Amino acid sequence: MSVFVPDPALSAVPPRRRGRGSSLRTWRWSDRLVLLAAWGAGLLLCAVTAAILLYMGYRGVQYLRPSLIFSHPQASKNQAGSGGFLDPLLGTALLTVIGIAIAAPLAICSALWIVEYGGGGRVRRALTRVVEASIEIVAGTPDIVIAVFGLAIFQLHLLAFASFVNEGGGVYGQSFLAAGAMMSLIALPPLFVATRDGLQAVPAHMREAAFALGKTRIATIRRVLLPSVRANVATGVTLGVSRIIADTAIVIVLLGDELRITPHAGSLPGLNVLRGTGSSLTSYVFDNSPAGEGAAPQKAYAAAVVLLLFVLALNLAVERIARRHAHAGGAVAVSGIV
Amino acid sequence: MSRLRKPWSDRRAELVLGAASLLTGAIVLGMVAFVAVRAWPTFAHNGLSWLAPGGSLGGQIESMLSTATNAPASAYHVRAWPIVYGTLLITGLAVALALPLAVLCAVFIVELAPARVRRVMIRVVRLLASVPSVIWGLLGILVLVPYVGNHLVTSAERTSLQNTVQLTGAGLVVAVVLLTLMITPIMVALTCDALTAVPAAWREGAAALGVNRLRAIRAVTLRAIRPAIVAATVLATARALGEAIMISMVSGSVFFSPRPSDGVAFLFEPLRTLASTIVDFREGLGGAPALNSTLYACALLLLFSVFVLSVAGYLVKLPLRKYQVRG
Repeated sequence: MSVFVPDPALSAVPPRRRGRGSSLRTWRWSDRLVLLAAWGAGLLLCAVTAAILLYMGYRGVQYLRPSLIFSHPQASKNQAGSGGFLDPLLGTALLTVIGIAIAAPLAICSALWIVEYGGGGRVRRALTRVVEASIEIVAGTPDIVIAVFGLAIFQLHLLAFASFVNEGGGVYGQSFLAAGAMMSLIALPPLFVATRDGLQAVPAHMREAAFALGKTRIATIRRVLLPSVRANVATGVTLGVSRIIADTAIVIVLLGDELRITPHAGSLPGLNVLRGTGSSLTSYVFDNSPAGEGAAPQKAYAAAVVLLLFVLALNLAVERIARRHAHAGGAVAVSGIV
Repeated sequence: MSRLRKPWSDRRAELVLGAASLLTGAIVLGMVAFVAVRAWPTFAHNGLSWLAPGGSLGGQIESMLSTATNAPASAYHVRAWPIVYGTLLITGLAVALALPLAVLCAVFIVELAPARVRRVMIRVVRLLASVPSVIWGLLGILVLVPYVGNHLVTSAERTSLQNTVQLTGAGLVVAVVLLTLMITPIMVALTCDALTAVPAAWREGAAALGVNRLRAIRAVTLRAIRPAIVAATVLATARALGEAIMISMVSGSVFFSPRPSDGVAFLFEPLRTLASTIVDFREGLGGAPALNSTLYACALLLLFSVFVLSVAGYLVKLPLRKYQVRG
């Protein structure tokens, strides 16, 4: 599952030195055409990226105002009165926190168990296989399927405490808790893969040295292994966060249609928000686009620009972590994209 | 608390870690089971002709919505071919377009580009891969769809189809173009990965025989990573199958099967896919049981296809180990 985009500094391909003699003139036409096509393909991707960034930047300058970030969305007929997207921003933050809070322990524990304890015994090896395979399944599962699965479990009466319940006892299955729990499934695979690859890259002699000093396995994990994979975990968390904030399907299915954060009446403070409904930046964009109900393209553009800025920032963060820890981590894992 | 503070014994640590990872596994297997159980009623009523063509799917869904909680058996009747066909069509076209683009691009990044361009390209691929689907959809619905509707769809095409379907610009071509751009970076990343793992000695051997760089790439490098290219294609197909939000925004959201016999207008005809149908009818989840079950059947079908694809991707990559090329 892990995908490595070659890091320029570490790339296995040595720099090519071309003598003057081996010019393109000796090439056949078919070869020259393929070379041209390869350059064309590369430049096409660059052009698309540049077009998206420039166009969104232009729309951002046009429509994005600081006041939008600090005001609540309002129900309004025209775009001038429909307020900003403070609530969606908070919603995105809340979902990210819930998602990572659930995904990180599960992913790190699974990676530790599989790498450090998974070796011995037939039963244990089979269980390891099952866990790895199921994480691969969830990595490939479309987010919309994860969303409907979330609705199916959170509509169970057993889990009524976690979501909105109407007077008739109907469990809606929509809440921050439900959406955040499903977000953790999305963040899990990149976190797991990053941690596992980091652990596997720790040289065996470090473990052996720790054991020779009389440390137990768990002490080795806590004092030796976890500190040395910190950069990998950070990369994993960043990739997980960027998947969570980019996801729309889970939000529109599991967080309801309210743009404002609507706490669930009659619950404890704090829990009432978790049980309540709301929106995220992505669902705000979706709802305000012509595909949703709002049809407020200016607001949709403004929120999309903010979303794109977050994505850019997270991309830079991954790159920085990787560059700073290149000596330990090796190439940059971009497992989040697959 | 004090018991927790004490240094853990290895046995307890393993139990805790093992429990956490088994929990992860159980959640995922539970997901498959849950979706399957919810999808069961519609398959029980329709069997495999669920996938077959027949009647108007829109009308069938309408009649599901009109039966509230206790649905008669007849309400479950559904022939979902239009959305299955739509999914296959969009995915097939997007993958067919993305494959040459991605292979060329990966070869460009790893083998041909000067170091400075390569560095830029890697960033570009990474950024393109992380653009949220709702932003693709927004650009599609606000920029591409109006453009296609105003400039590319001719009035002759519009009038020739006015009795069957409206050509607004939202439809096949916009969805395919955007989907291609969404899956290309994934394929590029996976192919680059395999390309960099090809031993340099192989390239040098080819160069020593006097072929130029491109010949060496075609004869040696690309041939060695063929399984990785297939695996990348398979993964990208899985990603394309499941794309819901973007497709739902730009594909016109009409139960219609685009007909190649319509000529160029075929490209502009609207359609729905399995995933975008779930998005479009998300209000019906947990409501009318027949519709609910039909939507879960869409999800189950997606889950099943993705599972088959990832097994296929794994099997395809096995020969790579023979060459000791990491994929």
